[in-house]
Amino acid sequence: MLRLQNIQTYYGNIQALKDVTIDIEEGEIVTLIGANGAGKTTTLMSICGITPPRKGEIAFKGSRIHQLKPESIVQLGICQVPEGRRIFPGMTVLENLDMGAFLRKDKAAIKTDLDMVFDLFPILDQRRSQLGGTLSGGEQQMLAISRALMARPRLLLLDEPSLGLAPLIIQQIFEIIKKINEESGTTIFLVEQNANQALKLAHRGYVMENGRITLVDKASVLLENDAVKKAYLGL
Amino acid sequence: MEYFIELFLGGLTRGSIYALIALGYTMVYGIIQLINFAHGEIYMIGAFVAYIVCGVLTIYGFHGVSILIIAGLLAVVYSCAYGYTLEKVAYRPLRNAPRLSPLISAIGMSIFLQNYVLLAQTPDFLPFPALIPDFEFMEPIAHIIGSPELVILVTTLVTMIMLTLLIKYTKIGKAMRATQQDMSMARLVGINVDRVISTTFVIGSALAAIGGVLVASYIGQVNFYIGFLAGVKAFTAAVLGGIGSVPGAVLGGLVLGLTESFAAGYISSDYEDVFAFGLLVLILILRPAGILGRATKQKV
Repeated sequence: MLRLQNIQTYYGNIQALKDVTIDIEEGEIVTLIGANGAGKTTTLMSICGITPPRKGEIAFKGSRIHQLKPESIVQLGICQVPEGRRIFPGMTVLENLDMGAFLRKDKAAIKTDLDMVFDLFPILDQRRSQLGGTLSGGEQQMLAISRALMARPRLLLLDEPSLGLAPLIIQQIFEIIKKINEESGTTIFLVEQNANQALKLAHRGYVMENGRITLVDKASVLLENDAVKKAYLGL
Repeated sequence: MEYFIELFLGGLTRGSIYALIALGYTMVYGIIQLINFAHGEIYMIGAFVAYIVCGVLTIYGFHGVSILIIAGLLAVVYSCAYGYTLEKVAYRPLRNAPRLSPLISAIGMSIFLQNYVLLAQTPDFLPFPALIPDFEFMEPIAHIIGSPELVILVTTLVTMIMLTLLIKYTKIGKAMRATQQDMSMARLVGINVDRVISTTFVIGSALAAIGGVLVASYIGQVNFYIGFLAGVKAFTAAVLGGIGSVPGAVLGGLVLGLTESFAAGYISSDYEDVFAFGLLVLILILRPAGILGRATKQKV
């Protein structure tokens, strides 16, 4: 479904991604784990067209997308829940969700999706007229995921959804991610530092170090891998 | 008491014009953190276009209010075109440059546009016809507020209400707010940020043009240099209210207008600018972010 082939992304003269190749099949949950500064967020931003790769190729469903503008990439059904949630703080919960559906024109279906999202996270329904900036961290993460769902993504990119949240809420968020994948068949690419949780949830995993992919395997295999255990699972 | 009301309404009129122009500064600043120093020139161009259109229409035998409306609309169209082009030519290529570069570009465009009008038109002050007639129903209160003041107040009020509705409820308004709050997130939900920025310049230019036409008709003259002082005053109003804040710009404009009016009325008109800028200094000492501005946290 999504194929990154030898992409190289730079910030000015600093190379952040070195020959990154990633394959994601339709319906999968794939995770990308790695330490701080390994290039995980840059990988997502490269897919979304915010920091387009200088070299290499990104293809979605067979057609190249690495030269498209961010809004065209969203239109294709690739949506990101960025690191730090990035809720529009001065907009209400409802307006934030509305922004998620910015490119859609099918009003009736948007309404259905809104109900679906409120079903998924009833707390957001209660908070619908509250400003996004006044929500708690967990609620903001739920809102960020919901905002992305409002675009009816084919591929959902999640950047550290567990960051800064309480263990109980992390559990809840991961369960929802699983539910989204199973119920609507949405493909999920999950970037995480919480390697243990991420590998338990995902079908396959990639390990990134200093801008390079160093390991690729089934998630269950990576969980047993000695190097992964030592570096990321604290075992 | 009557003198006080007269000064108050005069200040309100003056302030509403400052507010109208200040909105253009504050909206642009809110989105791209640029102080568009050429904004006053857009105002001046609006007034000039209206002057030319007035001349033409008068030859064809149009009268008063109809001239004002047609001239106003054409001034808005022209100014919008200038505002759009200005952003595209002078600011967009510098989008990722250090913040000082577009600022210098803005000052350059301001000087360029002034001199362009100076060369293309004239360095002289031109008489602008008084297009707003004295309404009959205004006669009983004409000694407190004149018809032109009333027209200015009503026009700016209607314009501001329309702007508020636009920002709050329309798709482009929501996109503008989203872009202002988090530009890269706005791109991630599919907003064409470049288009939003262009639209912001166009809306700001339209407001400036309306201000330009109203003031020119009120004061009765135009000149290539009128954008400078109007720009400085409106910029002051925007900073006073808290730059980046839309209600702040309106409040700042009104506070500035009232201060000037009272200073001129009770002390001396020679001192109105002293009080206006004195107030700015005072506010900046006591509330550096402006009356309604919030201190922004700088992320490192």
